[in-house]
Amino acid sequence: MKLLILSICLLVSANHAVAQSSGSPQNRPTPNKPVVAQNSTPQGNDREDGQQVFHRNCSRCHHEPQGFPPAIAGTVAHHMRVRANLSEKEYQALLSFLNP
Amino acid sequence: MIFRHTPSWPHVSRFRILGFAATLLFGAVYSIRAQDTPLLSGGAGFLTQTTAGNTTYIPTVAPVLEFPITDRLLIESKANLLESAFPRPGRGYDTSHYVALAYLQGDFQANSHATLTGGYFYTPFNTFNERLSPIWINSFTDGPLISSIGVGSSSGSILGGMIRGNAFHNASASITYDLYFSANSAKEQFSSTRLAGTRVGFYFPRTGLEGGVSFNRVLQGTHSSNTGAHLWWTPPGSRLRFRSEYAHAVHSQGYWFELGSQLAGPADSARFIARVEPVFRFQQTFRSKPDATDGLPGANTQRADFGLNYRLRNELRINTSYSRRFSTTGNANIWQSGLVYRFLFPAWRSK
Repeated sequence: MKLLILSICLLVSANHAVAQSSGSPQNRPTPNKPVVAQNSTPQGNDREDGQQVFHRNCSRCHHEPQGFPPAIAGTVAHHMRVRANLSEKEYQALLSFLNP
Repeated sequence: MIFRHTPSWPHVSRFRILGFAATLLFGAVYSIRAQDTPLLSGGAGFLTQTTAGNTTYIPTVAPVLEFPITDRLLIESKANLLESAFPRPGRGYDTSHYVALAYLQGDFQANSHATLTGGYFYTPFNTFNERLSPIWINSFTDGPLISSIGVGSSSGSILGGMIRGNAFHNASASITYDLYFSANSAKEQFSSTRLAGTRVGFYFPRTGLEGGVSFNRVLQGTHSSNTGAHLWWTPPGSRLRFRSEYAHAVHSQGYWFELGSQLAGPADSARFIARVEPVFRFQQTFRSKPDATDGLPGANTQRADFGLNYRLRNELRINTSYSRRFSTTGNANIWQSGLVYRFLFPAWRSK
């Protein structure tokens, strides 16, 4: 029991410590409030498609994480590609959305 | 005292293997892209359940490790650790603990339509086991009564191989598939049943409608089949969601459906009302023959669950629910509550 409580406390503090040290709030992606680029650029279209992929596939099961360091955006997209059976196009769009 | 003589070559061999593994790991870490840093995620919670006046307290942690080796190969693992404090009549409280591997798998992206998975992985049967069972996702603190059908072990995972992917995809529809087989394993952390199965799903993004069918065949002992179906509806532009599942095993069957909705939209997420989420679940199970192995109640059961969840922040949520269970073995009130925290951070600092 003590070990379990200790691990919970460690996880909570590690989460806050690493999240704060890995990127400032300005450069952290916030999937629920993404920066939508101009539609005229290919990157803009990708990001908009990625936002749709996120809301249609990830949000069907769970709420968006409040934000995470850009360093793990690719890993998150990789995980979702497997879990949600995303196509290659959806995966690339999601990656572009999570780490523009 | 007994000294065992061991030839020197096995030590050398061990060092070589260790060195080779370390080189591989080192190479992998430096070959992955900057955005592919391994991550630690998961959930931690403190759950309580009061059934017919008896309260059980369950602190739990479920860490998840995601470790990309290349842009096509991902290693994933999850464990469940929980301590349970439950009342013993006339003797106060007793405790028990449970530590189990939920999955340890490697996923290789073979092409745009196929991912190969090997290891110990969640059985892709219906939706709850693979998609909704994590405590930071589930709207209730426990799973549906039929969630043990078709999953192949008490942990919900099987030891074997799988091919899965997106068979077809365009702007208005997508079709997904999973094909898998597994071996019989009695190892404590890798318990598994020998089975083969498939799941096919469809999704129409414009209407928010999703459905699918699951089937697997148990290939050990007395061979039998499990079948399932699911239907979800998330109307676009609406906060409402509807989820349902049906499952049939050789001696039992059942269904559940769940309705949930946020009371206000994300735009109002700072407001109290936008953080409240009422949820309703109804479930029913039917038993045709006694069977202690399928995990369903011993008698026909109906249960209605009324939940009210509140998100303190996106990562922290309070779950509360009241359930009424009707069964020939006795009716009961079930009260559940939980404080659930979801964490997500890089496994180490990156540049």
